[in-house]
Amino acid sequence: MLDHLSFETPKPKTIAGAKYDWELVIGMEVHAQVASNAKLFSGASTTFGAEPNSNVAFVDAAMPGMLPVINEFCVAQAVRTGLGMKAAINLKSAFDRKNYFYPDLPQGYQISQLYHPIVGEGEVIVDMGPGVARKVRIERIHLEQDAGKSIHDMDPNMSFVDLNRTGVALMEIVSRPDIRGPEEAAAYVAKMRQLLRYLGTCDGNMQNGNLRADVNVSVCRPGQYEKYQESQDFSHLGTRCEIKNMNSMRFIQQAIDYEARRQIAILEDGGAVDQETRLYDADKGETRSMRSKEEAHDYRYFPCPDLLPLEIEQGWVDDIEATLPELPDAKKARFVNDFGLSEYDAGVLTAEVENADYFEKVAEGNDGKLAANWVINELFGRLKKDDDKDITDSPVSPEQLGGIIALIAKGDISGKIAKDLFEIVYTEGGDPAQIVEARGMKQVTDTGAIEAAVDQVIADNPAQVEKAKQNPKLAGWFVGQVMKATGGKANPKAVNQIVAAKLGI
Amino acid sequence: MGELSKLTIAEARDKLRAGEVSSVELTRDCLAEIDGADALGAFVHKTPEIALERAAAADARIKAGEAPDMCGIPVGIKDLFCTKGVASQAASAILEGFTPEYESTVSQNLADDGAVMLGKLNMDEFAMGSSNETSTYGNAVNPWKVDDRDLTPGGSSGGSASAVAADLCLAATGTDTGGSIRQPAAFVGITGLKPTYGRCSRWGVVAFASSLDQAGPMTKSVRDAAIMLQSMAGHDPKDSTSADLALPDFEAALTGDIRGKRIGIPAEYRMDGMPDEIEALWAEGRKMLQDAGAEIVDISLPHTKYALPAYYVVAPAEASSNLARYDGVRYGHRATLAAGDGIEQMYEKTRAQGFGPEVQRRVMIGTYVLSAGFYDAYYNRARKVRALIKKDFEDVFAAGIDAILTPATPSAAFGLGEMADADPVQMYLNDVFTVTVNLAGLPGIAVPTGLDKSGLPLGLQLIGKPWAEDEMLNTAYVLERAAGFVSKPSKWW
Repeated sequence: MLDHLSFETPKPKTIAGAKYDWELVIGMEVHAQVASNAKLFSGASTTFGAEPNSNVAFVDAAMPGMLPVINEFCVAQAVRTGLGMKAAINLKSAFDRKNYFYPDLPQGYQISQLYHPIVGEGEVIVDMGPGVARKVRIERIHLEQDAGKSIHDMDPNMSFVDLNRTGVALMEIVSRPDIRGPEEAAAYVAKMRQLLRYLGTCDGNMQNGNLRADVNVSVCRPGQYEKYQESQDFSHLGTRCEIKNMNSMRFIQQAIDYEARRQIAILEDGGAVDQETRLYDADKGETRSMRSKEEAHDYRYFPCPDLLPLEIEQGWVDDIEATLPELPDAKKARFVNDFGLSEYDAGVLTAEVENADYFEKVAEGNDGKLAANWVINELFGRLKKDDDKDITDSPVSPEQLGGIIALIAKGDISGKIAKDLFEIVYTEGGDPAQIVEARGMKQVTDTGAIEAAVDQVIADNPAQVEKAKQNPKLAGWFVGQVMKATGGKANPKAVNQIVAAKLGI
Repeated sequence: MGELSKLTIAEARDKLRAGEVSSVELTRDCLAEIDGADALGAFVHKTPEIALERAAAADARIKAGEAPDMCGIPVGIKDLFCTKGVASQAASAILEGFTPEYESTVSQNLADDGAVMLGKLNMDEFAMGSSNETSTYGNAVNPWKVDDRDLTPGGSSGGSASAVAADLCLAATGTDTGGSIRQPAAFVGITGLKPTYGRCSRWGVVAFASSLDQAGPMTKSVRDAAIMLQSMAGHDPKDSTSADLALPDFEAALTGDIRGKRIGIPAEYRMDGMPDEIEALWAEGRKMLQDAGAEIVDISLPHTKYALPAYYVVAPAEASSNLARYDGVRYGHRATLAAGDGIEQMYEKTRAQGFGPEVQRRVMIGTYVLSAGFYDAYYNRARKVRALIKKDFEDVFAAGIDAILTPATPSAAFGLGEMADADPVQMYLNDVFTVTVNLAGLPGIAVPTGLDKSGLPLGLQLIGKPWAEDEMLNTAYVLERAAGFVSKPSKWW
């Protein structure tokens, strides 16, 4: 079995400036909150939406003399994430302090991993359509603490601080500048989110800020990027700006597009892009500078003396690797190869692991393609109409849907009846086979009964019979009449054959 | 009164077990001494209620038998240790009013063994200083005097030193980042032990320089140091730098037999301009150990001269980061703000008011040496020097040296205020013999072995192999017995 499908590289996005064509070069830092019940260096809970300042240990509040102790589970989650991105796991890593003052940073420093991250180089395949994908290199993944939340709009004179989030573990996943357009950037984040959810290392909830991205954007003239690729020398590329804290795929695309055009205008005007940090204002649809050079932080990174270097064993890493689930690329390839699905359908079904699991249960003992059609068209469509329900809340279980499909395959019901049956199961529940039996929905395959019905239609319509003998295409009219007469339950195949035989065509 | 407070831990333990004295009696005696000793400025928060309550509990435990060695022993706790429900402010105005909801592991270990906390002891602000003059409480005073001059008890554990030397308590906790246990111990004629880095938990001890800080006992004898260390030390999962090693029986190691031990004498500790008295003291120490059957070996620790500069880069760097949390947001002092002041003004005013000049100086030095463009030239270079200093020690230990003998301080105690106008570096020179031990993470002990010509105590330092406090204590015990130091300051307070 192929582990992954072969693909072509997408064309980079080109923007036509007033004078030249320009290409985009994008690198991303994705901040993913580690799925863990406790914080990175304390036992405090990470539950979202708790009362302000209720999930705070002494060390989170930076009380005097309090010390951080690493949460082994968070380390395992980072390793798991690295393995999922085919990345090198560093058996020895270390924590550093990033120093700056802010009220929601009680220690006055964030514990992070600047010099020795836990995960090294890896890669992610970003699908851009059937047969087209971008391979994005991962530079590193490191563990760090999240900050708390400052609240400025509760009181005219005071600010408030909520430390619930302080010290929650984040993974910062840093890519190489391999992303070549706004759509690719959004697809990269979507792929990242998919992978993390498959791995169970981040819930991917962008609305709550559990997954957010800093986007580095620069522009260059066509041909320059290829020079960079050959030499890995960044001087071939333009000066980049970092757009901070993006938590929507749509805004990521808009921000990149705006930022690229802004840089192009500067460059074509003979100016130079300042390397700086910018924020995207979604209301105005523009990016703006976050702080001037004078305000730029000097983070004074240095090794955190409260923590020993983090040493893990290869055996422990191997144990984690042994528990990795089948990941999206492999699953998609398997769906294409084993079930004969189109790459598109396989992509839709593997987007969320819950969908893929559901599909596989439906497909058990059934035709894969038929199962895929039913899941994608009927079930997804119905769920969407039903207040955009999640598949995990589907009123139809995979076993029930599988049962419906089995009845079609057996010839017990027609496709049309199957849709009625599906609706009954969806709204009322119950075993599909029993419903079919109890409500007399089974299609009539008794040739005697069908023959009688055909005879009746022929007898009632002598003129039509004559016409049909001249023009055999009219046989379809008879079939329709028979179906009508039998309430749609007659087996269409049998009706066709009998009609043709009786008409002698 | 005052007779019981003069006891050593070992003596008191035996009397308690024999039923000759109760912990409540011992404690009352100490409390009375403390109340009469305000002039020493040693105790800055007194906790008589807690003390008597614990003493009564200790008496019950002793009566029931099986009480640990420290049970019923009245001790003082340095203000750097967080003590639950008792003011703990690291002698800084910025922690004004701070009362922790938790107890440091070391003070908890002592309490668990039944030790009786008498109160909190003065110190230099955030343990930054060598004279106890940077304290927000005002300085502690050395019980020893010359010509009626007030002398420093040393620092930063000046209050601990003063209290033990003046017999206000039987022993005290100290902390040592660059010599803060050993230098004051030497200045007041008591024993001060800094354990191997990682031997005592740092959890709940206000951090100065995390990679150097170690808690340790300050006692009236080497045996007491062994007994108290036994209680203070041990693995703590709450401190990632705490060593998961079994503790040897420190007191049992005091055999007095050091025959065949090889004692190194480092050439580099013979400083230019070192007083003859210190030189003579050192020579006597060598002789004492030799007479006890040890072999004296001349050794070289070639990077010693870089230790002080490296220390005064690494320690302030860590301090500048460790002290960032004192920002007025959550606890301690917060400056009154003027109309229009924002968060930056709150930080600036709070920290300008809350930190004394020496702390501010070190925060600024530390910020500077970590800043972009200077990191490699200062911090990184200092780290490399530190590694070389550590290697110096590893090399001599690998060559068969069992312990190293040096002077503890370059002089006897100096007068309070004497250094007020001096270059801060003059004050830093007090640590010249002690900082190497912290940089290398080794155990060190200061033992009083003589008096200078004006009658002030002087001490020698022994440096041990990592995790070999037991051996080091035994060598110190030999030195103590041979020196026979029994002098006490005459009571003037």
